[in-house]
Amino acid sequence: MESTNAKYVSQKISKTRWRPVSSSALQQPHIFATGSWDNEDNKISIWSIGDHGLPGMEDELEGDPQLLCEYRHDGDVLDLQFLDQDRIVTASSTGAVTIFHHHQNSQTISVARQWARAHRNPCDNAPCTGVVCNSPEIVTVGEDGRIILFRADQEGAVRIIENADSNSIHAVTFLRTTEILTVNSIGQLKLWDFRQQSSSPSQILSLTGDRVPLHCVARHPNQQHIVATGGQDGMLCVWDVRQGNTPFSLIEAHSAEMWEVHFHPTNPDHLFTCSEDGSLLHWETASHSDMPSFLQGGRNNSMISRSAMAPAGGNQSLISAWLAGDSGKGRLETTHMLPSQTLSVNSLDVLGQCLVCGTDEEAIFVNRQVPV
Amino acid sequence: MEEVDVEPTVTNIPAARDGMHLGFAWGPGDILVFDTVYKAAGATGSGSSLIHVVRKDEDIYSPILRKLFNESHHIFVGLQTIREDLPSKNKKPQFVSISKSYRSVIRACMEELQQVAVSTQDAELATQYGNQVSILLAIELIWNLCEVLFIDAVPAGSLLLHLLDWVRLHKADVDEKAREVLQSESPVEHHGYWDVVVSYVLQGRLEEARQMLAKQAAQQYADKNMYKLMDNLLSKMPVYNPGSIHTLTEFDVKWRHWHEEVDRCLQDKSFASNVHLELICKILVGDEDTLLEHKELLSTWYHFLVTRLLFAHPTIKPTELHYYAQSCMAMFLDSRSAPETLDSILLAAFDFDIHQVIKDCSIALNNWWFVAHLTDLLDHCKLLQSHNLHFGSNLREFLLLEYASGLFNHHSLWQLAVDYFDHCPEFGRVYLELHIERVPLDTERKALKVLRICEQRQMPEQVRSICKIMAKRALRNNRLGSALSWSIRAKDAAFATLISERFLQDYCTRGTFSDLDLIDNLGPAMLLSDRLTFLVKYHEFHKLYGEKCFTEAAKLLLSLITAKIAPRSFWMTLLTDALPLLEQKEVIFSAGQSYELMFFLEELTSSFKPATLNSDKSMQEEDIELTKVELLRLALARNLAKAIVKEGTVDA
Repeated sequence: MESTNAKYVSQKISKTRWRPVSSSALQQPHIFATGSWDNEDNKISIWSIGDHGLPGMEDELEGDPQLLCEYRHDGDVLDLQFLDQDRIVTASSTGAVTIFHHHQNSQTISVARQWARAHRNPCDNAPCTGVVCNSPEIVTVGEDGRIILFRADQEGAVRIIENADSNSIHAVTFLRTTEILTVNSIGQLKLWDFRQQSSSPSQILSLTGDRVPLHCVARHPNQQHIVATGGQDGMLCVWDVRQGNTPFSLIEAHSAEMWEVHFHPTNPDHLFTCSEDGSLLHWETASHSDMPSFLQGGRNNSMISRSAMAPAGGNQSLISAWLAGDSGKGRLETTHMLPSQTLSVNSLDVLGQCLVCGTDEEAIFVNRQVPV
Repeated sequence: MEEVDVEPTVTNIPAARDGMHLGFAWGPGDILVFDTVYKAAGATGSGSSLIHVVRKDEDIYSPILRKLFNESHHIFVGLQTIREDLPSKNKKPQFVSISKSYRSVIRACMEELQQVAVSTQDAELATQYGNQVSILLAIELIWNLCEVLFIDAVPAGSLLLHLLDWVRLHKADVDEKAREVLQSESPVEHHGYWDVVVSYVLQGRLEEARQMLAKQAAQQYADKNMYKLMDNLLSKMPVYNPGSIHTLTEFDVKWRHWHEEVDRCLQDKSFASNVHLELICKILVGDEDTLLEHKELLSTWYHFLVTRLLFAHPTIKPTELHYYAQSCMAMFLDSRSAPETLDSILLAAFDFDIHQVIKDCSIALNNWWFVAHLTDLLDHCKLLQSHNLHFGSNLREFLLLEYASGLFNHHSLWQLAVDYFDHCPEFGRVYLELHIERVPLDTERKALKVLRICEQRQMPEQVRSICKIMAKRALRNNRLGSALSWSIRAKDAAFATLISERFLQDYCTRGTFSDLDLIDNLGPAMLLSDRLTFLVKYHEFHKLYGEKCFTEAAKLLLSLITAKIAPRSFWMTLLTDALPLLEQKEVIFSAGQSYELMFFLEELTSSFKPATLNSDKSMQEEDIELTKVELLRLALARNLAKAIVKEGTVDA
C-alpha cells in the first residue's frame, strides 16, 4: 500500500497495540504502544502519529510516528494490552506481570503495580506469554502452564489454576466475561470457565492427529462462538466452539509461524494475520460483493478455504461468512499489506481505519487508510 | 609473516596491575583479557578476579547506528534478489539506485546523529556523536565517489558533471552563507557577499552567481558595462548535455571558443578596475594560482581538482583523472607532511584501484559495514576480478562473513546476520551452523524463531541440539509435558525414553497420571520410543478399565505384557493390574491368555531368585513380593479353570 512507510526504531518490536478510542468520539486512533524484545534493555514506548486530521489530508510525513515517552522493561515484552485509556499491562519473559501508568499530561510512564515472578519455574524463569484484560480483571498465562486471574486493584492473585496445561500456553482471549480460551504448544484450544472451581478445562478442541503448536487466538467481535487461531505451520483455522471439536475452515495462510490474528473490531468480515515469513495479510470475505477479485487492486491472492465439514443447518442468517466453507459463498480475498518482504512481522493491531505492525527488522509500519 | 600495514593500536586495561601477566582469548569480535597467576619478578600483590572484555566495534551498540544496519540489511537482501538474467545495461540503473538508497540511509543516520549531538548535554557524548558524524560523512563521500567512478562509470563529458554534483553535495555551507547574505538588509554590502559569489563560480553554479551579481550590478551604475560583460561570459559558458545530439568533440570546440573569449577579456584588462570581477575572470580561465589563493573557500583538494578540471579540462576522461588528482593534491597540501587516510583513499579511487580503496577503508574503520556492502555492490556490478585470497573465499565473501560474524555478537542484530550468511555461497552455511547454536535462548518464542531458521535451511543437527537444550531445561523445571514435546520435535528417542521413565516413576509414587492432556493426544508421535508407546498404551488401559470395557482392557494389557516393551521394574505392576480382571465373576481372560500370563509370571519369578539374595531388600518387601506371587498364581489357576470350563461348554 502506498501509504505505508517503515520507521526504524532501533529495537525489535514484539508487540504493538492501539490505545482504545472511546466509542462515542468517532476519531481514528492516533496513539499506540510498543514493546521490544531481545534487547539488553527492553522498553515499552508510546508513540503518536500526529493529530487526527481530516481524512484526505496530505500526511505522508506527518504520519510518521513520534516517540512520546518510553520506560525500561525488565525482560522481553511478550504481550501488551491496554487496560484502559491510561494503563497498560505487560507480560514479561521474567514471568512478571506489570501495570504501567501513562501520564498524559507530563508524557511519562510509571509502574503502577507489578506482580514479579507471577509465573515461575522451580529453577528458571517462566516467561509469561499472554495477557488479556477486561477491566479490572486481568488474565495471564505462561510457559509454566499456569493461568492466573488478577484484579488491577488487588495485591495478590485472585485465582491461580496450577498445572492448567502440561505444555506452554501461548495465548489467551476472553470468550465471555467469565470464560477464557487458551491455546498451547500441542495444538489444543482449551475453554476455561471461572465460575467452576475445578482446575480442568470445560472443553478441549484440537485438530486430531496434528500437534502443531498454536500461537494466537482471536474471537469474533459479534459472534462469540467463532474463534480464529494461527499456528506454527502458518495455518489459519476458524473454529465454532459450540459444535464439534475440530475446526471449520483450514486455510494455508503463511509459510511460517503465524504470530497474531485479529478480527477487525467493527467490521468483522475483515481479518488480519501476520507471520514469521515477513508478510501481513488482510483477509476479506467477499461473500457479499459481486465484484470479481481480479478487478480489485493491490497484490491479490485469492485462497480457497478448505472446510473440515459442511456447516450444520439451522439459522442461516446467523451463520457467519467465515463458516460458509466450500459452498462458494465464502470466497476469501487476501491482500499483502506491506510493501516488500521483511523479517518476521511479530505483531499487528487494527482499529478503525488504522493498522500498525512491528517487525524484527526493527521497523514499525503504520497504515491509516485500511480499506474496511 | 607479512608485514603490518599500520602500527597496532594500544588499549590500556584500566584495572590491570603492573607486573602481572595478562592472558587473553579471542572471540568472534571481542577479546577476553584476564589476570593470570604469573608475575614478573619483583611484582607484589595478587591479581584481580576480573575479566575484561575488549571490544573493537562500539558502533553496533549505538541506537542510532542500529537503524543503519537494519535499513542496509533490507537493501542488501533486495540487491541479492535482482535477477541474474537481465542484460547488464538494464541492471546498471538498478545498481545506481541501490547505491543511492544506501547513501540516503547513511545521510538519514548522519542527520539524526547531528541533531542528537547538538541537543545533548553530556560533553563526552557530544564528542562521540560528533566523531560518528564525521566518520559517516567521510563514508558517504567515498561511497558517492565510488558510485560516480565505478558503478555509474560515466564517460568523459558527463564525468565532470557528476563530479561537480559530488562536490556540491559535500560542500553545503555555501548555501548557508548565501542565505545569511541574502537575508541581511543589504546583501551587496555584506562582508560575505563576494565570498558567496566566488564560491558559486568555483562550484560551477553560474546561474546563481549571475543572480547574485545582478544585485551588485543594479547598484553600480558606473561599472554597468563590466557587469554586463561578465554576465555575458557567465551565461555563455557551454555545459555538456549528455542527451544532446552534439558529440563530445563539438562540445570541446565550443568550449575552447568560450575559453579563448574569456582569455581575451583578461588580456584586454576589461575587468582591471574591479578586483573582484577580475578574480572571477581568472577563475573562469582556469588559472591555478588564483584557485590556490582561495584555499579556504575550496577547503579540500578534491574541490580544487574538480574546479580546475571544470575550467581547464571539462572533457576529461576517466583514465586521465589520476594524473590531475595527484598533482592537485600535491599542490593543495604542500604545507602538510603526509596525506590523511581519507585523502589517500580518494586518491586510490581516482586511480581506479578498487582493491586499494577497500583495503584502506578496512584498516581505517572499526566496523566492516561499509566495506562489506560496497564490495558486495561492486561485485554485483562485476567490477571485482575474482581475487582469491590466501585463506578461503573471494574478497566479497570474506568481508561479508566478517561483518556478519560481528553482527552475530550482538544480542539483537544476529537475525540480520543470517541473511548475510545465506548469500555467501562457500562458507556461509558453515559459519551459520556454528553461530546459530550459540544464540542464547531465554524464551520459547526465541527458540522457535531460531528453529525456523535452522529448519528452513535443512540443518537437522542444530535443530536437534536446540530442542535438546529446551527439553533439558523443561525437565529441570519438572515440566515433563513440555520436555516431552520438545523431544518429539527433535525426534530424540533417547530423551523421550528418559522422560517416559520419569512419567512412570511419577505414576508409581503418586498412583495417578499427570499431564493427561498430552498423553492422550500424542497420536503417531508415541511411536518415537518404546517406553513412550508403553506409557501411552498403559494409560489407555487404565482408561478402558475405568470405563469398564474389561475385554478390551484385558486384550490391551496382554499385548503390553507379551510385547515386552515394559521396563522390567514394571512387570510386577502389570501383573498386579491383571489381578482384578482375573477376579471378576465373568471370565475375561481366555485359556490361551491365561497360559500366556502364567508363562510371564514364571519368567518373572525365575528372575527373582537371584534378586532375593540382594541384601537391600528387607524381609518385609520380600514377604510382600511372595504374597503377590502367591495371589497371582491362585487367581491365574482359578481363571484357567473357569476359562476351560467356559470354552468347553457347548452353548445350549
